[in-house]
Amino acid sequence: MMHRFANPTRFMRVANAILPWCAGLTVLFLAAGLYLGLFRSPADYQQGETVRIMYIHVPSAYMAMFIYAAMAVSSAMALIWKHPLADMIARASAPIGACFTFVTLLTGSLWGQPMWGTWWVWDARLTSVLILFFVYIGYIALVNAFDDPARGAKPAAILALVGAVNLPIIKFSVDWWNTLHQPASVVTMEGPKIDPAMLWPLAFMAVGFNLYYISVGILRLRGEIAAARIRNLQLGLTHG
Amino acid sequence: MSEFFAMGGYAAFIWPAYAVATILLFGLLVLSLKSMRQREALVESLRSHRVRRRADETTTTDPVP
Repeated sequence: MMHRFANPTRFMRVANAILPWCAGLTVLFLAAGLYLGLFRSPADYQQGETVRIMYIHVPSAYMAMFIYAAMAVSSAMALIWKHPLADMIARASAPIGACFTFVTLLTGSLWGQPMWGTWWVWDARLTSVLILFFVYIGYIALVNAFDDPARGAKPAAILALVGAVNLPIIKFSVDWWNTLHQPASVVTMEGPKIDPAMLWPLAFMAVGFNLYYISVGILRLRGEIAAARIRNLQLGLTHG
Repeated sequence: MSEFFAMGGYAAFIWPAYAVATILLFGLLVLSLKSMRQREALVESLRSHRVRRRADETTTTDPVP
């Protein structure tokens, strides 16, 4: 099953077939999430209207970690099975994850200033997410540092795997250390602790961001495959 | 409507948050699409180049009996 999709041509045929659906659903879900978040959901009893930043901040933070996890898994697969497509998926994902991490940090800052009275604190949650951002940037820099990407693939995959230790640190930082950041309220052992009127827009935004990742990921993956073909053609190594 | 845009006095924090997310995500989409199209066009031009060169080689190196 997996080897059927490990062929880039076959994989891209499937990816291109689902691309328009993913793109259309991205727009639909984000529109629904924005409508619910901005117009239908109530202001928070403590935080007032600033709670609306949550509909960007929390799904972005979830994507920042989800994409990194996806990168780590495909990097592990690349190291084990040496398949170039797995490396390409990790490479295609990194800028999208870095983008979501940056959005998380900026929206968090814009939420922190009115609610905590500061743009930034060096506490565990904020610092560990900043480190995640630097790991993304380091990964992108490392991948682009090699003229022949095949040579950079292994160190980049190792970096992606080492950086994965940061993920549980981010998740549990609000429980392990004292922090200004509020504890988990969506993904908890007892289930979500927030009102459905706020949970729905969050869910729509999260699904929309996921679909965005798949859509832009397919575009970037096509770019990676094309770049590999360009190298092969320029070296005159392709057959037929 | 103006009350909506005022966001209970927090407009200066809420709208920049939405704007930053929109600009970055849209910008990444545009950049990804652009570089993909450029690269795929280069693949096509390199391929047609090679095919043409091969065709030239066969016509010039084949001695006419």
